[in-house]
Amino acid sequence: MNRALLQNLTVVRPKASADEIWLRLIQAIALLFLAIALALPLLSLLLRAFEDQQGSFVGLRNFAIYVTTPSLVRSAWNSLWTALVTTCVVIPLAFTYAYGLTRSCMAGKWLFRAVMLLPILAPSLLPALSLIYLFGNQGMLRGLMAGGSIYGPWGIIGAQIFYCFPAAAIIISVALSTADGRLYEAAEALKASRLRIFLTVTLPGAMYGLVSASVVVFTLVVTDFGIPKVIGGQFNVLATDVYKQVVGRQDLNMGAVVGLVLLIPAVLAFVLDRWAHRKRSATLTGRAIAYRPKPRRGRDIPALLFCLLVAIALLGIVAVSVWGSFIRFWPYNLTLTLDNYDFTRFDTAGWQAVWLSVKLSLITAFVGTALIFIIAYSLERGPPRSLLAAPLRFLATIPLAVPGLVLGLAFIIFFNHPANPLGIIYGTLTILVLNSIIHFYTVGHLTAVTAIRQLDPEFEAVSASLHVPIWQTFGRVTLPICLPAILEILVFLFVSAMTTVSAVIFLYGPDTKPASVSVVHMDEAGQASAAAAMACVILAISLTAKLTELTVGGLFARFTFAWRR
Amino acid sequence: MRFILLALAFLGLVPSAEAQQRTRLTVYTALENEQLAPFKQAAEAALRDVEIAWVRDSTGVITARLIAEKANPRADLVWGLSVFSLLQMEAQDMLEPYTPRGAEALRSNMRSARSPMTWTGMDAFVSAICFNTVVAQQRNLPRPTTWQDLLDPRFRGQIVMPNPNSSGTGFLTIAGWIANQGEQNAWNFMDRLHENIQQYTHSGSAPCNNAARGEFGVGLSFDMRSVTLKNQGAPIDIIVPSDGVGFDLEATAIMRGTRNLEAAKRLADFTVSHQAAELYGRYYAMLALPGVEPTVRGYPAEFAQRLVNANFAEIAAARERLLAEWQRRYDGKSAPR
Repeated sequence: MNRALLQNLTVVRPKASADEIWLRLIQAIALLFLAIALALPLLSLLLRAFEDQQGSFVGLRNFAIYVTTPSLVRSAWNSLWTALVTTCVVIPLAFTYAYGLTRSCMAGKWLFRAVMLLPILAPSLLPALSLIYLFGNQGMLRGLMAGGSIYGPWGIIGAQIFYCFPAAAIIISVALSTADGRLYEAAEALKASRLRIFLTVTLPGAMYGLVSASVVVFTLVVTDFGIPKVIGGQFNVLATDVYKQVVGRQDLNMGAVVGLVLLIPAVLAFVLDRWAHRKRSATLTGRAIAYRPKPRRGRDIPALLFCLLVAIALLGIVAVSVWGSFIRFWPYNLTLTLDNYDFTRFDTAGWQAVWLSVKLSLITAFVGTALIFIIAYSLERGPPRSLLAAPLRFLATIPLAVPGLVLGLAFIIFFNHPANPLGIIYGTLTILVLNSIIHFYTVGHLTAVTAIRQLDPEFEAVSASLHVPIWQTFGRVTLPICLPAILEILVFLFVSAMTTVSAVIFLYGPDTKPASVSVVHMDEAGQASAAAAMACVILAISLTAKLTELTVGGLFARFTFAWRR
Repeated sequence: MRFILLALAFLGLVPSAEAQQRTRLTVYTALENEQLAPFKQAAEAALRDVEIAWVRDSTGVITARLIAEKANPRADLVWGLSVFSLLQMEAQDMLEPYTPRGAEALRSNMRSARSPMTWTGMDAFVSAICFNTVVAQQRNLPRPTTWQDLLDPRFRGQIVMPNPNSSGTGFLTIAGWIANQGEQNAWNFMDRLHENIQQYTHSGSAPCNNAARGEFGVGLSFDMRSVTLKNQGAPIDIIVPSDGVGFDLEATAIMRGTRNLEAAKRLADFTVSHQAAELYGRYYAMLALPGVEPTVRGYPAEFAQRLVNANFAEIAAARERLLAEWQRRYDGKSAPR
């Protein structure tokens, strides 16, 4: 009998560890992938921080020069406080908005979900133009500025709030979308007040999402140079310092120094992420009953009003630049025209650039989502003490902190090296795809992790004891439950690849110029209306993608989420 | 396997092996968008077996890219980039020495002094003032004709110029003042001008674009920009100050390490030809090749005399020091107004 038991054990064990081997293997491949596509390129650029322009080693001399630059401390301080103010405004806004979407029974939720993404559906040029058309010196609403100027810290903060809102709202709404209904029933049965339920059930459940969202917003503001470049006036921040070193002075070595300094927020974010991870608690256990909000006017009407207000603000800002794409010349000739959409008049690539962007974004979205989600799953469900997990987690948080321009240059230096066999992809669409996946990796990763963490690991434990291989559990339980998050990542990657400029501007080849780069070129050439027009085409394509996702997601939910009701 | 390769080739993921009769030259440039098609057409008509593939971006971006690609250059040729960028690349030994046929005929200060030459000039673009006449009327601004006019206290907070640390146009502007007035006087001038500046922008084209939109009354930029804006109906005048303007050259060079040296040399020959100079003359008033009459309109007759006599190599050598000094004076302390 003892013998039979032992045999039984030896049968069970390899099953369980086969899963483990799979997950370890995936982790190892993932680590290799991120090492080649992220760590090595970054290292090859950042090592230049210790070299002079001729390539000889100079130790810390560049850092010494940088630290003694008088404007450095000011830039660092400016970056810090604008990022803090933006985070403090965006997080409550995004939380309330996401709360309305997920925990109320207000009308038109799907519409609000689409509008929420508006700011990242179009290249950042659109909000910049809109702000100038609205609040600039000739602006329609300049009276509201009370004599102040949009060019400076308040312009930056205003534009950043608009621009960071979607990322925060996505992550928080994913965190809020799954909850255990039994907790709420228990709380109600215990006669807990609504405030108490909110503070002890809702907030702790969303804590990880809130921390992630804050880290994302803070880092986005610190590393983005597009907005301060256009609207910051001479208000210097760290990101524009990189721009000055690299694009203004073509000093890659000093650019690498500032790039290194900008990685500090990434390290802090990593520490914070680990801290939140330790405090984590799965909200959706195997025995959970999905929480479904019941209609309650006291909550639904204010939520509707709030979301309506935010949506109108977002729509209004975008609408101004849509109008701007149909006028001849702001503000002196406001007659309407369709000429601005005849892109070949302004840029030889013309409409071709648009189709190229669509192709780029589709590949980025599908390949990227698969990669991101599988890697996140292997991390969350892999062996807890795996040696691979820590470096993998760290690498996954890095891209957020790397300004696009630093990433672009890093890609050039690594992939264009004569000894690199991967050089074959240089100048092709592949390198643009790879770059876009890496550039937007972190937000996708955090969304995936947030979604997976809502699920109790017990699912896998039960499957293992039932001898069900982990990929079946993955396919039958994890994927369907996480489908909303997966679609979210898919569309996020798609629209990000449609609109990105900062990294790809260094990487496109003669035949692979994306539409987002065309937008910048037309604006530089003084063709603001044509630039707005192409930005609107990008917006329309992104919006179509988002609406398709909502329809598909809605249909799918109707058929598969029956158990949730 | 073959199917996969075909699929990849279709998606553009791997370079297609399509046989090409013509040699395809990758040309990096900072020319204006509208110039690309006519330049390509003319060159391909003159050199039937050459095809031009442009990669165009702003001066700063394209130069940063060229320098980052130094280990394994992807460009065969640079055609239409600021001479300051080329001098920087020359210092890093990135240019292929070659004297294009007929290059000796170019003005001596508009071509490389080395033998064989490392770069050849095409045309000069000058710093200029974009002046919004509607805003000027509203705010009662006088029309400036010289740089010194901009020191008038009526211009307080009305002027935008590019930050020379971010933009080549910004550097061209201050280099012109320094070459014209001498360094000490130029710094004194800039100290006083700083009082009237509303904003130093990061982009070289923003001052003129924004002046055209009436965001600001006066934008310091370069001459080429205004033509496009005027055609769209912007009420701006382009003013080339009469007390000496700095200028920059658009120039050509072959990249060291090009895989198509022979074809690149022939294209370089074309870029200094009479035919090419006529092409440049459609957009610029000051050409490197003497004896070609520019067809661009709207320039003062005695335009050439206003150009500061610049020694590009000398200015390029002092660039780092001048930029650091500028930053110390105006950038570190500049609070938003």
